[in-house]
Amino acid sequence: MPVVWTRKDLLGLEDLSKEEIELILATAESFKEVSTREIKKVPALRGKTVVNLFYEPSTRTRVSFEIAAKRLSADVINIASETSSVRKGETLIDTGKNIEALKVDIIVVRHNYSGAAAMLARHVHASVINAGDGWHEHPTQALLDVFTLKEKLGRIEGLNVSIVGDIAHSRVARSNIWGLTKLGARVMVCAPPMLIPPAIEQMGVKVTSDIDEALHNADAVNVLRMQFERDEENAFPQQLEYFKNFGITRERLEKAKKDIIVMHPGPLNRGIEIASDVADGANSVILEQVTNGIAVRMAALFLVAQANENITHDNIN
Amino acid sequence: MKEKAKLFDQEALNRILMRIAHEILEKNKGTQGLCLVGIRNRGAHLAKRLSDSIEVIDKAAVPVGILDITLYRDDLTLIAQQPVVHKTEIDFDITDKNIVLVDDVLYTGRTVRAALDALIDLGRPKSIQLAVLIDRGHRELPVRADYVGKNVPTAQKETVEVRLSEVDGRDEVVIVEKD
Repeated sequence: MPVVWTRKDLLGLEDLSKEEIELILATAESFKEVSTREIKKVPALRGKTVVNLFYEPSTRTRVSFEIAAKRLSADVINIASETSSVRKGETLIDTGKNIEALKVDIIVVRHNYSGAAAMLARHVHASVINAGDGWHEHPTQALLDVFTLKEKLGRIEGLNVSIVGDIAHSRVARSNIWGLTKLGARVMVCAPPMLIPPAIEQMGVKVTSDIDEALHNADAVNVLRMQFERDEENAFPQQLEYFKNFGITRERLEKAKKDIIVMHPGPLNRGIEIASDVADGANSVILEQVTNGIAVRMAALFLVAQANENITHDNIN
Repeated sequence: MKEKAKLFDQEALNRILMRIAHEILEKNKGTQGLCLVGIRNRGAHLAKRLSDSIEVIDKAAVPVGILDITLYRDDLTLIAQQPVVHKTEIDFDITDKNIVLVDDVLYTGRTVRAALDALIDLGRPKSIQLAVLIDRGHRELPVRADYVGKNVPTAQKETVEVRLSEVDGRDEVVIVEKD
């Protein structure tokens, strides 16, 4: 593994090498121990300031980043677009430059436009971590999914992983596909035909609209949340119809591998994409994902902060 | 890098560890409440060996832990080659214990300072003692060792390399000079 993290930012898994992904996972494994201590804090980012800049509502990702930063002894400021100057018409870059003028070291950004995090990263010296940009990527979510899977099954290479849900509009799906395929897993995506993006096969995945096929040989299934509030194109099936055809139920799991791992990035829509008894059942690792999210985000914050100390900033404009 | 002198071989290393094990037992009057904590990477292996020696002498096992101090360093931004963060593995409660912190080389004292901070975040030991294989001088902090394998006066441009069979395939301690 001896590879060094040299990136100022963490924008997506598409850009990363297999070795870089493995370095983040290994670093996260070391950080997991910190959260089991009585004093859940190490001084690694003491004196650093982290800003959570969220243009979309989020509780779990923001809180997870906030806890991760605080366990590294960083200071954390939260900015939500509803209560900031964004409402007065300030652009993302201007907001970023202003945050940077406050001598901030890391900006964690969530934005509804794909590519927003990358654009911000080009304009500020601070490190930028993408906490979800449009339909593009959500790298720390995929990393925590992969981390949890690896912790449970001991490896990623050779696993069959199915991702079920709204693939077309899901940054979680996209980041997971990049991460899993780079680490050697076989990925299948499963959704109603209208929610499968064109040419998704080019990302190296198999495609199906048959949930039983998706579960048949899977070592793990990652169940995406149906984001009905975002259904602007009316592409979504009715909720009950979706549950009937794609919902992960006890009956369906009984036909799958006995130890199949069930993941979900949250928040859960019980009775829509997943049945309650499955979400709370023995195959579910949903709450472990939440715990692991802290370790993964600590690793991401630590690595970008460390790398940013050692690089020259010739490309910032 | 060129090798200037070999300080000891495997046999000498074993004798030194055995002597330090005796000293630890003497000072702590046995193994009651005693724990060893090695600083990654080579300190951890030395701690394991010291506990083996203590077991040979006193017929009692002493708990051994591993401390990773990467997150407590004060020079993270100064080192070009970033250290990989490893796990701290101390699966016993250190509160009210007599801890012997073990490292291979004592130099500026900054590693020990970081290790003390890291340990104290894990609990409140009764005492912390320090055992090192080599004390090479050039301290930048007021730190001293309770148990020293050998004092080796060195120049700043030299380094002391402790090689252990667990990591390096053989046991030896050498002084190397940087070009």
